[in-house]
Amino acid sequence: MPAAASGDPDGRVLAPFGRRRGEVVANEPSGRYRIISAVDASGPMPAAGQFYMLAAAERWGGDGGRPFLPRAFSVAAAERSDDGARLSFLLEDVGPGTGRLAELGAGEGLMLTGPLGRPFSPPRDLNPAAAGAILVGGGVGLAPLAIWRRALAARGVPERTLLGFRDREHAGGHELFRCSEVRVASEDGHAGHRGYVTDLLERMLGGDSAATAVVYACGPPAMLEAVRLLCAELEVAAELAMEAPMACGFGACFGCAVPLAAGGYMRLCVDGPVVNAADVETALVAGAGRR
Amino acid sequence: MSTLAGPTTLCGIELAHPIINASGTFDAIAARRAFGDGVLERFPFSAYVSKTITPEPRAGNPPPRLWEEAAGLVNSIGLPNKGLAGFLESDLPVLAALGVPLIVSVMATGAERFAPLVEEVAARSEVAALELNVSCPNVHSGLIVGEEPEETAALMRRLRPLTAKPLIVKLTPNVADPAQIALAAEREGADAVSLINTIKAAPILADGSHWLGAGAGGLSGPAVRTIALRQVSEVAAAVQIPVVGMGGVERGADAAALLAAGATVVAVGTASFRDPLAAARVRSELGRLVPVAGGREQA
Ligand SMILES: Cc1cc2nc3c(=O)[nH]c(=O)nc-3n(C[C@H](O)[C@H](O)[C@H](O)COP(=O)(O)OP(=O)(O)OC[C@H]3O[C@@H](n4cnc5c(N)ncnc54)[C@H](O)[C@@H]3O)c2cc1C
Ligand SMILES: Cc1cc2nc3c(=O)[nH]c(=O)nc-3n(C[C@H](O)[C@H](O)[C@H](O)COP(=O)(O)O)c2cc1C
Ligand code: FES
Repeated sequence: MPAAASGDPDGRVLAPFGRRRGEVVANEPSGRYRIISAVDASGPMPAAGQFYMLAAAERWGGDGGRPFLPRAFSVAAAERSDDGARLSFLLEDVGPGTGRLAELGAGEGLMLTGPLGRPFSPPRDLNPAAAGAILVGGGVGLAPLAIWRRALAARGVPERTLLGFRDREHAGGHELFRCSEVRVASEDGHAGHRGYVTDLLERMLGGDSAATAVVYACGPPAMLEAVRLLCAELEVAAELAMEAPMACGFGACFGCAVPLAAGGYMRLCVDGPVVNAADVETALVAGAGRR
Repeated sequence: MSTLAGPTTLCGIELAHPIINASGTFDAIAARRAFGDGVLERFPFSAYVSKTITPEPRAGNPPPRLWEEAAGLVNSIGLPNKGLAGFLESDLPVLAALGVPLIVSVMATGAERFAPLVEEVAARSEVAALELNVSCPNVHSGLIVGEEPEETAALMRRLRPLTAKPLIVKLTPNVADPAQIALAAEREGADAVSLINTIKAAPILADGSHWLGAGAGGLSGPAVRTIALRQVSEVAAAVQIPVVGMGGVERGADAAALLAAGATVVAVGTASFRDPLAAARVRSELGRLVPVAGGREQA
């Protein structure tokens, strides 16, 4: 991961000003999801936890005039290639924007602005006694954890990953974690523990000394809220990669408000999307989430 | 560049070109956090209009604050801002370094609260002009100031003597005849008017529930473009003072249309959300349009 040049002391990588055209190089199904990869010729390598605003270069604005605005996606993998940065996104088709992106084929244009937002912090920044990292992902929310796991592995930080899926159909994207040890929970019991991924987390934090744990979580709002409450109760340091409806992604519209524990709101696109779990009033942000 | 995208003036303020930002749609300070110094090197606006500042800090409306509409956006942001003191102390020095004239948008509920706000902002040498956001209720009358010619005139009578700096009145489109409001503002000494602000809208779902946390909001984007064109042309025909035109500008041709309708300067708003450099593209496209007698033709 290249060093970030930034005014914010949080390791965020700055985006080139304006949006640019990338080229889709792959679009593969993964369970119910799709993994879309694009080459970004002129952009920097992102930091884990950052996101991009994406739009199809052609035919953005389908039946009924939507999508109109770009859509936010966490980067799931980033590799240097001869042509630039090869960025991969894990995407669930839930509406007109994701639907249009899901049909992009190799060679088609992908407009992107990014990398944007605040990335994950190293475990020792969150807990000086940290022994490693616990990654907790639910559904399509495992995307930012996949790139974070690789970055941690590259730095030699021990990590354990817990993934939760609704059912067999929704168990996509876990190939992004190949060659990594993951424990799985599924609500339908088709794989691993039958139940919620937070059951696994509770067990792990109970067995461990919570004093050396650091949790990184991304997933549906209800899962994030369960993680937030559990970590608050056990006094475990945690970062959540959250979602909120976004129009711009760079602090211009004030649309992505997330309530702060101290009162008022943060703009998730510039003060997040990765937030310290102790800083937010709730992970149940109105307008976010699709479950 | 042709004359269309070349230097111009607004109320005596010299501008390198006629494209500025719409208030509340580009936070130059947040943009620098995302994009770094590229924002300064390629700043797309010839003047910078701040988000609306109120006397006291405001947290803004509960989420959700956004609803995407066909070629448009409904927002109910609720004017979150640091308040006058916070703005003067932390934001103004940073905005002054942008290298373009600074227009500060201000709003208060009623003339007595508006007056000190205008006085303090206008007293700052960094500020070139003020935009008065009059889409607010007068706490005494309960009326929306910008919806009533007499309320607008009364506000201007109170504020005009406070500063020699240009006062730009931002008109609401939510009236039958915006030219009447513009005329009232002009009569009482406004230096310019700007329009259109967002159009009242409410995303109500099929089950009767409201999507937005605040219930209702305002529509912007290409969906409002022809409404803006009509209102700008009617207002520009009625007043002598310059008009800042905005509403749904996405392309150079949209800016040219607003200029043709009588605007002196064009503001880009929602388009910046789709592409942070949309205004630079609008300007360069505008520069390729050649003004011709009786109409405008693409080069
Ligand atoms: C920082 C961040 C990272 C993200 N990362 C990922 C990722 O890695 N993978 C992924 O698949 N998704 C991710 N998302 C979510 C993704 O951005 C949304 O799924 C996407 O914007 C949905 O767009 P759409 O047009 O397909 O669906 P929409 O029609 O926008 O529907 C999605 C949801 O939005 C709401 N909605 C419905 N209609 C409207 C409307 N008219 N206006 C506003 N909201 C409406 C509803 O809650 C609906 O369920 C991320 C979001 C954020 C903020
Ligand atoms: C998210 C958002 C926030 C806005 N905030 C303000 C504001 O603080 N003050 C103001 O006068 N107008 C505000 N506006 C209105 C715009 O300045 C502009 O008048 C309107 O959006 C029409 O232009 P557009 O279609 O190009 O966006 C806001 C608009 C949007 C979309
Ligand atoms: S998405 Fe526009 S301010 Fe965050």
